[in-house]
Amino acid sequence: MTALARCFLLAVILFLYLPVFVMVAMAFNDSALYTLPLVPTLRWFEALASNEKLLAASRNSLVIAAATSVIATILGTMASLALSRRHFRGRSLLQILLLPPISIPWLITGTAMLVFFFWTGIGRGIHAMMIGHVALAIPYVVLIVGAGMQSVRVDLEEAAMSLGSTPFHAFVSVTLPLLAPSIAAAALFAFAVSLDQFVVSYFLSTPGVSTLPVEIYSSIRQGFTPEINAVSTIFLGASTLLILLFAQLSSLGGHRGRG
Amino acid sequence: MVGVEAASVAKLYGSKPVLDDVNMTFEAGRLTTLLGPSGSGKTTLLRIIAGLIAPDGGRIRFGTEDVTDAPVWTRNIGMVFQSYALFPHMNVYQNVVFGLNRRGIRGSDAKREVLRALDMVHLSGFERRRPKELSGGQQQRVALARAIVTRPRVLLLDEPLSALDRRLRQSMQVELRQIQRDSGLTTILVTHDQEEALVLSDSVAILDRGRIVQQGRPSEVYERPRTPFAASFLGDANFFAGRVGPDGIETPSGLIRVEERLPALGSTATVAVRPEKMTIGPAGAVQHADNRIEATLQEIVYAGAVSTFILRTADGTEIKVLNQNADAPELSPGTVVEATWSRARTILLQT
Repeated sequence: MTALARCFLLAVILFLYLPVFVMVAMAFNDSALYTLPLVPTLRWFEALASNEKLLAASRNSLVIAAATSVIATILGTMASLALSRRHFRGRSLLQILLLPPISIPWLITGTAMLVFFFWTGIGRGIHAMMIGHVALAIPYVVLIVGAGMQSVRVDLEEAAMSLGSTPFHAFVSVTLPLLAPSIAAAALFAFAVSLDQFVVSYFLSTPGVSTLPVEIYSSIRQGFTPEINAVSTIFLGASTLLILLFAQLSSLGGHRGRG
Repeated sequence: MVGVEAASVAKLYGSKPVLDDVNMTFEAGRLTTLLGPSGSGKTTLLRIIAGLIAPDGGRIRFGTEDVTDAPVWTRNIGMVFQSYALFPHMNVYQNVVFGLNRRGIRGSDAKREVLRALDMVHLSGFERRRPKELSGGQQQRVALARAIVTRPRVLLLDEPLSALDRRLRQSMQVELRQIQRDSGLTTILVTHDQEEALVLSDSVAILDRGRIVQQGRPSEVYERPRTPFAASFLGDANFFAGRVGPDGIETPSGLIRVEERLPALGSTATVAVRPEKMTIGPAGAVQHADNRIEATLQEIVYAGAVSTFILRTADGTEIKVLNQNADAPELSPGTVVEATWSRARTILLQT
């Protein structure tokens, strides 16, 4: 690699991480006014512990993300299996219809959901956010599990059936174990999609019930406190962990597929 | 031990017939080969017998039992797939025991059967290996052990040796033959490899565009092919076409005498002659020969024990002659030579 390319790469990485790094640093800085030198402290984390609003929002975020992850993974995996193994009328149309939600701006999806939920009486609140997040996450699950399905050859199920397995047993004993890394990766991704979601959550939250991103947004509007740096740092750590797990699982899936 | 019968089996893909009224009997305890080029329908027929594809017409019987509507998992078959289809997340033992467990055989009974099957394919001691830690030949043998360990009614082999290199393929042919004889399983093998078909089979069926064109013992089909397709797909052949005269078939390359009864005088006929049934020599060297054709020697392809001589007659017909190198005469390309053969070695084809 030439020196120039190395410098360029370094600049890109700095560009990506510098703001995050500053935020993390300030979460541990004693000054509420972002002054240097940095005086290390944990008092913003302590203050966070007594900030009921931020904590409640964090709890909501985690609950919604966990529920979204489970529901979207189950529904998305089933859709993916149907699309890759069964041949039925309108299959390719359905396959195409599953992808556009990824490219529709969230603002539009959020508005549509708000209008629709209001009109149907579903209303707003945690349940509405869950439904919304599941809808947002399903296309990703279908994509990730569908990619995993490509590496599980059809003849493996046929071999199991030739040995006496019913289609269900063949699926459970052969396909599912081989698909497990992809399903786990999809679940993590769905979790992350929900955790990061702001626009749809903002539209579907009520003044009393919101998620962490929504809560952070409203507290910033009221006046910034370094507690937000602290809570953001915690979630940043958690997200990083998730992404690393995801990468690990993805490579595991590919590895198994080749075997 | 039961035989397998396919009665009037038909299959369409769209409006294109893949199998067209196939009637065929697979003898109990014997190895029958379905031989044909790709697209001939041989794999489709095998998958219909397995129960992986439903036929559009006709019946499949195992012995006297009609299994046409029985799903694959109730048919008690063993199958070796072209890709082996070993379960990558299970080790060799788990792969082989899979079918026994499905039949309710577990514990020490299952273990004894698995070890016996692995011993049969010379893979004792490989129980804990994963499929990806095995060579292609070893994977192939695991697939075979997995298919025979359940003592299936029918053993189905879908081009099982095609992924192996030539040397390994030849040794596996011998092994496969041995295992099939020892186990006495009714076996159906799909292949496009003529050598495999000749070496392994008790009976060969040649498929062409969804129809069985000929079935019989390998030597029968090889020595007496009925159609030009059968003659050229199983083995090599020289073809001569002409009009039927009083003494034989009058071809542009000369008169060819046959042993069989001639078709109607004046009709057209085609004969085939295997390259190794002809003898090559300098023109006029052989005194008595039923058939002789003079031609120019174009090329000699030397292959150690044998040589192939490419000849061209005055009318432009190309002839291949395969002779042992033991007592081959010194011939050089460009000279006029003579190919001779007996009338008994001349095959009259149906056209």
